[in-house]
Amino acid sequence: MEIIILMSVVPDTSVKIKLTADGLPDMKEIPWIINPWDELALTRALELKEDPGNTVNKVTLLHVGPSTHGQVLRKAMAMGADEAVRIEATPRDSYETAYHIVAFLQERAFDLVLAGIESSDYNGAAVGGLVAGMLDIPSVSAVTGIQTEGDKLHVVRETDGGRETLRMPLPLLAVVQKGIAKEPRMPSMRGLMMARKKNIHVIEPGAVDSLTEYARFELPPPKPPCHMVDATNPGELLELLENESKVIHLS
Amino acid sequence: MPNFYTDNPDLKFHMNHPLMKKIVALKERNFADKVKYDYAPVDFEDTMDSYERVLDVVGEICGDIIAPNAEDIDEEGPEVRDNRVKYARGTEINLEAIRKAGLMGITLPRKYGGLNFSIVPYTMVADMVSRADAAFVNIWGLQDCAETIHEFASEKQKDRYLPRFCQGETGSMALTEPDAGSDLQSVQLKATYDKEKDQWYLNGVKRFITNGDGDISLVLARSEEGTKDGRGLSMFIYDNKKYHITKVRRIEHKLGIIGSPTCELVYRNTPAELVGSRRMGLIRYVMSLMNGARLGIAAQSVGIAEAAYREALAFAKEREQFGKPIIHFPAVYEMLSVMKSKLDASRSLLYETARFVDMYKAWFHISKERSLEKEERQEMKKYQQLAEAYTPLAKGLASEICNRIAYDALQIHGGSGFMKDYPIERIYRDARITSIYEGTTQLQVVAAIAGIARGTLLKQIREYEETKVKPELHTYRRMLVSMTEEFEHASGKVHETENKEFIDFHARRLVEMAGNIIMGYLLLLDTNRESRFWKSLEVFVRNARAENRERAEFIMISSINDLGRFKQEEH
Repeated sequence: MEIIILMSVVPDTSVKIKLTADGLPDMKEIPWIINPWDELALTRALELKEDPGNTVNKVTLLHVGPSTHGQVLRKAMAMGADEAVRIEATPRDSYETAYHIVAFLQERAFDLVLAGIESSDYNGAAVGGLVAGMLDIPSVSAVTGIQTEGDKLHVVRETDGGRETLRMPLPLLAVVQKGIAKEPRMPSMRGLMMARKKNIHVIEPGAVDSLTEYARFELPPPKPPCHMVDATNPGELLELLENESKVIHLS
Repeated sequence: MPNFYTDNPDLKFHMNHPLMKKIVALKERNFADKVKYDYAPVDFEDTMDSYERVLDVVGEICGDIIAPNAEDIDEEGPEVRDNRVKYARGTEINLEAIRKAGLMGITLPRKYGGLNFSIVPYTMVADMVSRADAAFVNIWGLQDCAETIHEFASEKQKDRYLPRFCQGETGSMALTEPDAGSDLQSVQLKATYDKEKDQWYLNGVKRFITNGDGDISLVLARSEEGTKDGRGLSMFIYDNKKYHITKVRRIEHKLGIIGSPTCELVYRNTPAELVGSRRMGLIRYVMSLMNGARLGIAAQSVGIAEAAYREALAFAKEREQFGKPIIHFPAVYEMLSVMKSKLDASRSLLYETARFVDMYKAWFHISKERSLEKEERQEMKKYQQLAEAYTPLAKGLASEICNRIAYDALQIHGGSGFMKDYPIERIYRDARITSIYEGTTQLQVVAAIAGIARGTLLKQIREYEETKVKPELHTYRRMLVSMTEEFEHASGKVHETENKEFIDFHARRLVEMAGNIIMGYLLLLDTNRESRFWKSLEVFVRNARAENRERAEFIMISSINDLGRFKQEEH
């Protein structure tokens, strides 16, 4: 069985994004990382591949993005993926990304596709669902556990106050969230060096127009100054909470 | 937290130094390994790319795992249970992460499972890990022991021990004893040879041993009965993982680097293996071991200084007093700019030293594989001298600068810095040891003054002076030229007395003067390569010039007759 990971590359989550003079996100000198949810999806896929109790024998990364993301792909390869495919495009919205992925997947066989629940940059949370819809295959969202059972999958979802396990046929697209793997796997140093020699297939994109267009970006307003209250003075704290923040009513 | 590699462009800058091309070519023996190992680099660009990728992952581990664990480890600390060391929980997590990533034994050849990394990227890992947690870097950094085994042990010993380092086993170097600290010649731990069993045994006590319960230990012991000095000492490997019989009697309660267990060890008929030749333990092997460790402490110093500076800068931007962020007050912004300039200067000295060590070590290992041509021998000699002169200089100066930066960083925090609420309190405590262990600053000065007396440092200063730089840098070069004249004058005055006590008395002043000139030139050359070091150059040279003048002034008006004024009367 082959697992395909839809991998997004995002700015390092510790970086504060600034806007350029014309109001667009300034992506110059941004350190890029694997989208954290995709990293967990990849980790789970690798765990399944290494577990002799199932038939997963190949993990392939699928990415839509420019060549500057190549190093991040290589890192993902060093974690243990077997193959990577990069579709040479800089999509403007989720539809465009999904379109390229679908065009690629329609041309080949696959069993299970894993997508992180969202990307940590634009938080669109749309690509996974779009791809499943456009491919007309079943999909499950907010998945926190995957186990194989013969040619079927057991898929676990967290629900409000409990969890449910679904038995699903393949092919399937699972949109996974935190919990799918305990913590992201660390690429090994030797793996990093070997990854250089692993093949990253670059594919030219088909023509597609985005469905949406960004009109404007805004940064969140700066945090108001922090008011420190002396620990020995709870009265002052109560007074501030009641009269300044107006979040409690004492009288 | 951020990635400690990508958030600090200075690291990449030093990685891309022009000399790296030669270092890599020598270290990789013109990429001969590429036919044998699928992960070996095929050319220079490939090697540099591998370094870069590895450093990127280390930066991530530092930011995501090691740094967030530092506070808890400092709080919890290791403990002794049943005569064994139990690390703090966070230390175990850190070790697990670096083992999984394959970050142990990275400088060792591939045939032992290493990555054949040169010293420069290895030092850079130490730099980053120290910024994340200065205590943890000691446990990681004791893989220096593997380097010593690689250099001096037999092929059989190398085959047995080196792969274990690469698989993640830790080391320790058991040198000091209750009565043998700085003066290792007086080591007493007894090594006796049992002819029948063809086996060495160790008996005695070692004290202040970092990570003393590590898996593989290098032990300095007295193998020649009746001797009293360094010539009776030999080096041994004790396999603690296999025998597990040295007892950890206690671990010290320390001011800083609390996560790093400092052990008192009791050896009772502990089996051990001789490394290399008898009697060469201190004279040859410990010296090599210590030089590696000193470079490690220089890296630790720079990493701690980086952490301290960042804490101070962030605090000064955020903290408002008298209606504005305190960074806008001259007293604070001056402190910060001086800290930054010294941080940049000490990092530049660190990597210059690492490159010299790399060049020397590469030739040293090649010389064991084949005989060197005349020019090659000369080059090895040149870099050996430079490595020997620069290592104590880098360790001595970087550790003092680190302490100064940590002190000022805490000062900028004001009262808050004195509380456990901010990381600077821990960083300040951790900084303190750097100028003490692996030889105090005073001992580094003793080693570094030899580099002045032999002319090694001055010769290198001349080489910097002759390097072509952009016209806008000429003013600073002129300043450094006149500082060099002043230094030569002062050094001449001290050395012409040929009085050892007088030379020792002024040694630190002279070493610091030379160090300031060297760091000034390094910043000048850095700025020549990349203009963003401009500010640090300007601030550093201004300060260095004033500092050197003060020292020169002191030297020029002093005479041998003055020494008595400084002696404390004995009662």
